[in-house]
Amino acid sequence: MEEKPVIVDVEHVKKSYRRGQHIIPVLEDITLCIREGQFMALMGPSGSGKSTLLNLIAGIDRVDSGTIRVGGIDITPLSETELALWRATHVGFIFQFYNLIPVLTAFENIELPLHLTRLTAKERRLHVETALAVVNLSDRMDHYPAQLSGGEQQRVAIARALITDPAILVADEPTGDLDRRSAEDVLNLMARLNEESGKTIIMVTHDPRAAQRAQTLRHLEKGVLTDADCQAPF
Amino acid sequence: MLIVRLLFKNAFRHKFRALLTILSITIAILAFVMLRTVIGAWYAGVDASSASRLVSRNAVSIIFPLPLSYKDRIHQVDGVHLVSYGNWFGGIYIDEKNFFANFAVEPRSYLELYPEYVLSSKEREAFLKDRKAFAAGRKLAAKYGWKIGDIVTLRGTIYPGNWDFVLRAIYRGKTDSVDETQFFFHWDYLNETLKKTAPSRADEVGFYMIGVTNPDLSSAVTTAIDQTFKNSRAETVTETEKAFQQGFIAMSGAIITAIEVVSFVVIFIMLAVVANTMAMTSRERTGEYAILKTLGFGGWAIGGLIAGESVIISLCGCLAGITLAFPAAEIFKKALGMYFPIFTVEASSLVMAFASSLAVGILAAIVPIQRAIAIRIADGLRRIG
Amino acid sequence: MFALFHYSLRNLWTRRLTTVLTASGMALVVFVFAATLMLARGLEETLIQTGSYDNVIVIRKGSVSEVQSGIERGQAAIVESLPYIASSREGKSLVVKEMLVLVGLPKRDTGKISHVSIRGTQGHALLLRPQIKLVAGRLPRPGSFEMLAGSSIARRFKGGGLREELYCGMRHWQVVGIFDAGNSGFDSEIWGDVDQVMQAFRRPVYSSVTFKLRNAQDLDAARKMIEGDPRLSLEAKRETRYYEEQSEMMAKFLRILGISLTAVFSLGAMIGAMITMYASVATRTAEIGTLRALGFGRRYILTAFLMESLLLGLVGGCTGLFFAAFMQLLTISTINFQTFSELAFRFTLTADITLKTLLFSLVMGFTGGFLPAVRASRMKIIDALRAA
Repeated sequence: MEEKPVIVDVEHVKKSYRRGQHIIPVLEDITLCIREGQFMALMGPSGSGKSTLLNLIAGIDRVDSGTIRVGGIDITPLSETELALWRATHVGFIFQFYNLIPVLTAFENIELPLHLTRLTAKERRLHVETALAVVNLSDRMDHYPAQLSGGEQQRVAIARALITDPAILVADEPTGDLDRRSAEDVLNLMARLNEESGKTIIMVTHDPRAAQRAQTLRHLEKGVLTDADCQAPF
Repeated sequence: MLIVRLLFKNAFRHKFRALLTILSITIAILAFVMLRTVIGAWYAGVDASSASRLVSRNAVSIIFPLPLSYKDRIHQVDGVHLVSYGNWFGGIYIDEKNFFANFAVEPRSYLELYPEYVLSSKEREAFLKDRKAFAAGRKLAAKYGWKIGDIVTLRGTIYPGNWDFVLRAIYRGKTDSVDETQFFFHWDYLNETLKKTAPSRADEVGFYMIGVTNPDLSSAVTTAIDQTFKNSRAETVTETEKAFQQGFIAMSGAIITAIEVVSFVVIFIMLAVVANTMAMTSRERTGEYAILKTLGFGGWAIGGLIAGESVIISLCGCLAGITLAFPAAEIFKKALGMYFPIFTVEASSLVMAFASSLAVGILAAIVPIQRAIAIRIADGLRRIG
Repeated sequence: MFALFHYSLRNLWTRRLTTVLTASGMALVVFVFAATLMLARGLEETLIQTGSYDNVIVIRKGSVSEVQSGIERGQAAIVESLPYIASSREGKSLVVKEMLVLVGLPKRDTGKISHVSIRGTQGHALLLRPQIKLVAGRLPRPGSFEMLAGSSIARRFKGGGLREELYCGMRHWQVVGIFDAGNSGFDSEIWGDVDQVMQAFRRPVYSSVTFKLRNAQDLDAARKMIEGDPRLSLEAKRETRYYEEQSEMMAKFLRILGISLTAVFSLGAMIGAMITMYASVATRTAEIGTLRALGFGRRYILTAFLMESLLLGLVGGCTGLFFAAFMQLLTISTINFQTFSELAFRFTLTADITLKTLLFSLVMGFTGGFLPAVRASRMKIIDALRAA
């Protein structure tokens, strides 16, 4: 089997939070690498720091020390503005509570990230329609989030995450708020995206069923990865 | 009382928002009280005027004089016990910006007719003795820093030339509602000068002030005086001082109405802000209200909570606004004291402010209460978590 | 960015009640602001139109207005003989001697007495005042007890209408014509024959002499001649300046009152806007986090929320302006503090006032929404997302 290139390279990352007077360490010296096309699940008890690690990789939080390289770019020293621009085209987000903009239709929600690019309205429309087809929601494009079920909202969110063809997809408890049936649909979709389109997916989850669908499983406990890193075969 | 404490806690749950709302109300109430005080100040002249004093002027036009010879004939009318007279002088002190009432009066009778102007007996004597003397109200003298013995010059507009006067007396008002910004001097000084410079204008009086023995006789005396001079060279129109002042107010009626309207606009602005806050607050608490309903609290109870919170916020703002109104009135008085010699915050304004705040508090809660009562428990609970 | 505008608009629409309430508060403030400006402007326009640039009015020195002034016949004759006076096409010298008296007349609607100016004037007065037009009836016959009434008087005072009778100066006078002086102060006057008026009111002196300059630039020369003449103790002013001064005190009073009121009110309304926007930010915390995560920067968030509050201000502004525009249908009549006579004027809406008002509403929206927008933009992404 060919070894795909490393797309996420986390080296000796430390992160703590300050709560008033106290400093609470969350991640202690994390080193991790993820290859292109990998579907990785991060599991661990609450407070283990798995969401924090995800946030750092996605560029919405900053490390205290260490480096993170995504797609070859070292994102650690980037400024807030540079990170924003980077995220727009390199990261796709899938949240537990879908985080759709309530006043925008499904179509407009998916189109949102494209407003940060230079595409024309016509070009944007084309992309959105394609994405809607991928997640099987072409007939609901003019509905508002309040009119969609949980599963449908999450699929819209996935379409939104895909729209800029990002380097990585990060998902924080994507099935956390879904019933069994919808969770199945969403996981199937994610698996398909990974297998057929080779999307790199990093997922944080509690749900063992979700974890099962991933290829690689990593455990975080008290801010430390409890199993081997990149050198080991996946 | 537990309920009051609960209401307070609820009202200030979101401290910042509560404070902002209260601030807004404070400003609104402050503006309201100031506006009502301005209106009150306008009418102050009317309130201060007496029903047992009459004013007689030329019936043809207010700017026309009456002959001095009328004095004795007025005195002879039944019910009249004191007659004084004067001319509006309209002099300018340095420049037009310094506006204050100045007029020539027959000093002895005038002071007798206006016991509310209080002078020390020493100053009274000095004022009466010196023909070039003038008397000024305490506020007026203070504004321009005049001291007894100072010479003040007025530039005449109706009676041209520069006129010098010596300050011999400073009067203070017996009560708060007396105008302490007046400037009056000897009628004889004016008249003697006119006899030399413009003799055709001498021996003419602008208005007569008449004291009646009994206020009940006012209307009879009024009619009698006007009857005396009917069909003579200068017909008179006599009315009580109160009516005379009211006449002037009526002419600025439109402006006063405008100010009254605006004072109510303020209340509506206040209503909009409080209603908005209550709407937002109750929307956020929908889940809570649903829970209360499951516990057995009825629509009325919830309505009461919302209304209570709303009223508390309104009243807090009202209190703050009223408290600030007093120092604000002082500042206003200093700045615009000349236009409004009497400027005091009246109890009626405060009562109105309180009533308005209460009303606003209740009205603002209406829509939120309606919505809260209409919540179906299941829907409300879904909103949480 | 059209998308931003769209997003802000949608958000305002979704929370309709709040939007309406906040905008209403601002609309009320804007209404007061606009109405005040319109009132002061209306007053100014009335008085400006009352004068002509090339007319000069002569009154006694030191008198602030015609009412206090007195010019003797001899003095008036000297003024009439000045070289700077223009002539009509027929060769008539364009100079009038007039006498002003204030008379109390009852109003039609309330019956209350108000002081009205009766102007004793001469037949050719209209030649000096081209802005005045006879709209009904005819001119009074010289030397008669007939009068011309301004349209404002005809409307609002008993006895001031066509063919009605007025009683003043112990005589009855018949109104034989109505003139329209537009918005000017003359519209609140009644004109009669100066000799008859002087006799009736037993005033043997004129109040003023007004003449038209042959050349508008001659004002200074004419003034020097009049004020320097030792036989006269008179002063001369350009008619427009004279009327401007008449309204200064009132206009200033109206403006100060209005602006200070509005300043205070606007504070209240701005705080209302602030409350709304803070709540808006608080409710949409998760949304803000999401947008930031997706790559929309701080400035975008700031702009989006600012735009919302600006839109709020604009809606409030347009509404307030709309209602203020209806005030133009009202006529205010009040006593002019300086001249003691009745003055009627209207609310006047100009393009300038419209612009100022809209600007004011935008400023209110901006000021109210600024701090909340800053708060929204400064949120940390992970904190905001956690609020979901």
